[in-house]
Amino acid sequence: MARAPQTLFDKVWRAHEVSAESADSPAVLYIDLHLIHEVTSPQAFAVLRERGLTVRRPERTLATMDHSTPTLTAQVFGGTPIALDAARRQVRELEVNCAEFGVELLGLTHSQRGIVHIIGPELGLTQPGKTIVCGDSHTSTHGAVGALAFGIGTTEVGHALATQCLLQRKPRTLAVNVSGELRAGVTAKDLILAIIGRLGVSGGTGHVIEYRGETIRALDMDERMTVCNMSIEAGARAGMIGPDETTYRYLEGRPRSPRGAAWERALEAWRALPTDALARFDREVGLNAAAVEPMITYGTNPGMVIPIGGTIPQRSGDAAFSQALTYMGLTPGQPIRDQPVNVVFLGSCTNARLSDLRSAAGLLRGRRIAPGLRMLVVPGSQQVKRQAEAEGLDRVFLEAGAEWRESGCSMCLGMNGDVVGRGEYSVSTSNRNFEGRQGSGARTLLASPLTAAACAVRGRVTDPRELM
Amino acid sequence: MEPFTILTSRTVVLPGANIDTDQIIPARFLTTTTREGLGRHLFADWRYLPDGTPRGDFVLNSPQARGCRILVAGRNFGCGSSREHAPWALADYGFRAVISTELADIFSSNCLKNGLLPVTVDEPTSAWLIAHPGAEVTLDVSAGTLTLPTGRAVSFPLEAFARRCLLQGVDELGYLLERRHEIEAYERRA
Repeated sequence: MARAPQTLFDKVWRAHEVSAESADSPAVLYIDLHLIHEVTSPQAFAVLRERGLTVRRPERTLATMDHSTPTLTAQVFGGTPIALDAARRQVRELEVNCAEFGVELLGLTHSQRGIVHIIGPELGLTQPGKTIVCGDSHTSTHGAVGALAFGIGTTEVGHALATQCLLQRKPRTLAVNVSGELRAGVTAKDLILAIIGRLGVSGGTGHVIEYRGETIRALDMDERMTVCNMSIEAGARAGMIGPDETTYRYLEGRPRSPRGAAWERALEAWRALPTDALARFDREVGLNAAAVEPMITYGTNPGMVIPIGGTIPQRSGDAAFSQALTYMGLTPGQPIRDQPVNVVFLGSCTNARLSDLRSAAGLLRGRRIAPGLRMLVVPGSQQVKRQAEAEGLDRVFLEAGAEWRESGCSMCLGMNGDVVGRGEYSVSTSNRNFEGRQGSGARTLLASPLTAAACAVRGRVTDPRELM
Repeated sequence: MEPFTILTSRTVVLPGANIDTDQIIPARFLTTTTREGLGRHLFADWRYLPDGTPRGDFVLNSPQARGCRILVAGRNFGCGSSREHAPWALADYGFRAVISTELADIFSSNCLKNGLLPVTVDEPTSAWLIAHPGAEVTLDVSAGTLTLPTGRAVSFPLEAFARRCLLQGVDELGYLLERRHEIEAYERRA
């Protein structure tokens, strides 16, 4: 009998079952790549130490530091100490843990350091068909190459360190089928915001999303990563895209991609991964990309999103909705356009790859940011930073009046000294507009790098197409 | 981990939907390198004024909330970041169960690893609980039931392995370590 048609997810899942799930117990799932960072790993190493355990496969584990690290050059490279004591302690603790347990660390001054979800693909460690986990919910980013990648808690970080396995129930599958061409000025960020707006912030709970269709096929790898990155904002632990020639071209020749005969073998295996023609998903949703406008959030979760030309909706009788608008200082019926902005943040694992910086710089070239506005540009990795500098993008940002920093999570989550002030409005290319996410009392509007650049120039929420 | 069989407690209610883990424990408290002591930062930005004094209008600061071990929350509680600091903070504060119509995946998984029972109930049950803050309810892990003070018992889903872990205080890491030979066999064939 012919094998039943399978989805990409089914294939990757099955290939990693040490033992399949049963009514009584979850599957034991093998993890190919475990990425760790300074914030969610210390307590996991502590458990290993308490129980006298070792890291089972150190060569399948890679550490970096990104969340609590400073982005000021002097603090990163030692001119001045790290300003935050607790961050300094976490950085030191990761160094000690990696040395003691034999885990490779791309430390604070390493030329390949960066946001964990930027460097995995950049190094070629993120590969189709792999299972990848990290103590961070935006691990879904790595699914862009056709890997099964998801965020885990610190207890599970300990499990993966000690056994290279996790206990998991098999999630359901959700196909998001996207057709039509994105219009000029509309980016992958706008597309994923529109998808989250459609699914809602818990629409993907219990599911792994596969993004499919001609629009997705036409995206480059950076754009695919932006899309998969925000799967968790729809509640889905993982988002995946079937690997294709775009994927292989991106991975070929990267420092840790397979080479020579190993590359040929890998390619052959990867080509068998995409979802079979007749495979069934548990759910399917469709979206027309040609109708997507530049999107911007107005509330305190990423599902509270509207086209940039839209008005803030009314939802009478919804206390949480009113509370969100009170927090944001916005009123139902108000157009979001022309809302004054204090801060623009260009960065994060969602939008700090080279193409994101190019897109924003393209709009900023020869322009200045609005008087009194602060713009922070934080490349996703040290490599992105070097590439951007080689192209002169740093000059474009600096001449426009923005700050140009070392890589890290920075103002996405404000635990490293880069924060938005209380009551200030920030247009941010990151992934979360939760209350206080960018600093206590900060008000975040999520948007694309292009929209963020336009908002920086005008000092108000601006449709980027007006400046293109 | 201590076995978890039956819990009877009054509830505290946070009715809003989509309460994310950044609210449960803001990122600036993630610079710790231990699990302990996070209870005092639980819901920090809702619980305290910017100068650190408790806000009188926040439910956890009310005298009625004292000693409550069950949190009733709106739909999609625990969404967002995978930080296990969220269940650590809830447990350290004294909560042993969270009830909602829907709980975020990673949060729910993290709760189970910390003896915090994630309970999902239907809309009418949730609406009743939200309308009756402070109600004394009983959660029975073995039976998988939530019993309201009205005497009505509703069942809640609990994955079989998770139930066993809670009831027997089974340690998942110990369970995985015992699978060593299967893991080695997998590594040989992969």
